[in-house]
Amino acid sequence: MAKLKPKDVLLNPLANNNPIALQVLGICSALAVTTKLETSIIMALAVTFVLGLSNAAVSLIRHYIPSSIRIIVQMTIISSLVIVVDQFLQAYAYEASKTMSVFVGLIITNCIVMGRAEAFAMKNPPLISALDGIGNALGYSLILILVGFFRELLGSGKLLGLTVMPLSGDGGWYVPNGLMLLPPSAFFLIGLIIWALRTWKPDQVEAEG
Amino acid sequence: MARDSLLNTITVALVLCIVCSVMVSSAAVLLRPLQEANKKFDQQRNVLSAAGLDVAAMTATDIEALFHDESQIRRVLIDLDTGQPVDLKATEIDPASYDAKQAAKSPELSQPVQAAGGPTLGTPRREKYAFVYEMLTDGQIDLYVLPIYGKGLWSTLYGFLALDGDTRTVRGITFYEHRETPGLGGEVDNPAWKATWIGKQVSDQDGQVDFSIIKGRVDPQSQQAAHQVDGLSGATITSRGVSDAVQYWLGADGFGKYLQQQQSP
Repeated sequence: MAKLKPKDVLLNPLANNNPIALQVLGICSALAVTTKLETSIIMALAVTFVLGLSNAAVSLIRHYIPSSIRIIVQMTIISSLVIVVDQFLQAYAYEASKTMSVFVGLIITNCIVMGRAEAFAMKNPPLISALDGIGNALGYSLILILVGFFRELLGSGKLLGLTVMPLSGDGGWYVPNGLMLLPPSAFFLIGLIIWALRTWKPDQVEAEG
Repeated sequence: MARDSLLNTITVALVLCIVCSVMVSSAAVLLRPLQEANKKFDQQRNVLSAAGLDVAAMTATDIEALFHDESQIRRVLIDLDTGQPVDLKATEIDPASYDAKQAAKSPELSQPVQAAGGPTLGTPRREKYAFVYEMLTDGQIDLYVLPIYGKGLWSTLYGFLALDGDTRTVRGITFYEHRETPGLGGEVDNPAWKATWIGKQVSDQDGQVDFSIIKGRVDPQSQQAAHQVDGLSGATITSRGVSDAVQYWLGADGFGKYLQQQQSP
């Protein structure tokens, strides 16, 4: 295998090999938490933390993991990290954790986390694995924050809870697009992002069969 | 030792489980005090927000100070059976640590919900003692904040109902804990809906509880309009649960006796 460059491992998932836009993984949480920018950012941070550490941990013990139980070992590591994150949120970001705790729990089933553990961390040394985890999480975060930005702005005329476009209901000029607050709008936005990305990098377009 | 041998498989599984459980449990134990403090603070904020105060503009120290000032907020532990404040010397209850939610689960501190034909709570037992918050202005009770709860569709909704000093007029409502569907039952948190509660009458002239959340919109021409709140569309069961909870907690089995005594001192 060709030597992996840390910079590529870290930055490739942002645009060239984006987990959401190219691999189409982790869509479910991208729908659920992106109605507001703030929850998107917290989710992005939580996934970055979990993915970086889980990749590093799996990679550290990759020579000891018996292949018959490797998936369950990965799951145990990931879910322990997720519980720790949830506990931290409850302690330091209580308001956010009240609305997010269900989704934070779902990081366990986020395909990106397991996907990177199985596909990368099982075969590579810890440091580069951690970078790979963080890189993929950043790619995920990028899409999440973009989607959250547009959904909050167009759906409720706000950004991070601050009014940007005064709503017509409160005497302003902007008529909010209610669809943006519903899950399907995240699909539309992700679709548009994928379209833009593939126009910019045509080699991501799958061959038509 | 071969990596895929039975012994190695069991050893790896065992060591991993121990390491992970130590990590998870130490996080839970170490962060518990902070989480408890957050919960308490969150409840205090909700008490104030039910009372109609602008909590968003208040800092944590403001709120803390307000709750310590006996001339503004009195937190009284009430015996629901008699409506009287609990004699703390006669019982072994420590008001600092008394938790109504825990009490509702303990056999000594709870009793069956009496729902003979009346509204139900969705839970079989309720606590014997509950905290009420009396908010004072110039030594007079200006409003009461009562803790209420009841089962909705997926979860028990916990909240506070604020009543005016006349014990009949709603001054506000909040829910601080529930797991109803966002967008449907979760609309109990919608400020526009909560605002429609303000000014409603919860009892008739004789002091009987007369309040309901109806299906659809309240007809403003109706004589009952002052005793009704619009139902939440798409959330019939949540609406009914909240309606029942309010009826129960204001009724004779809930805070009814306490409120009666407040009216005729």
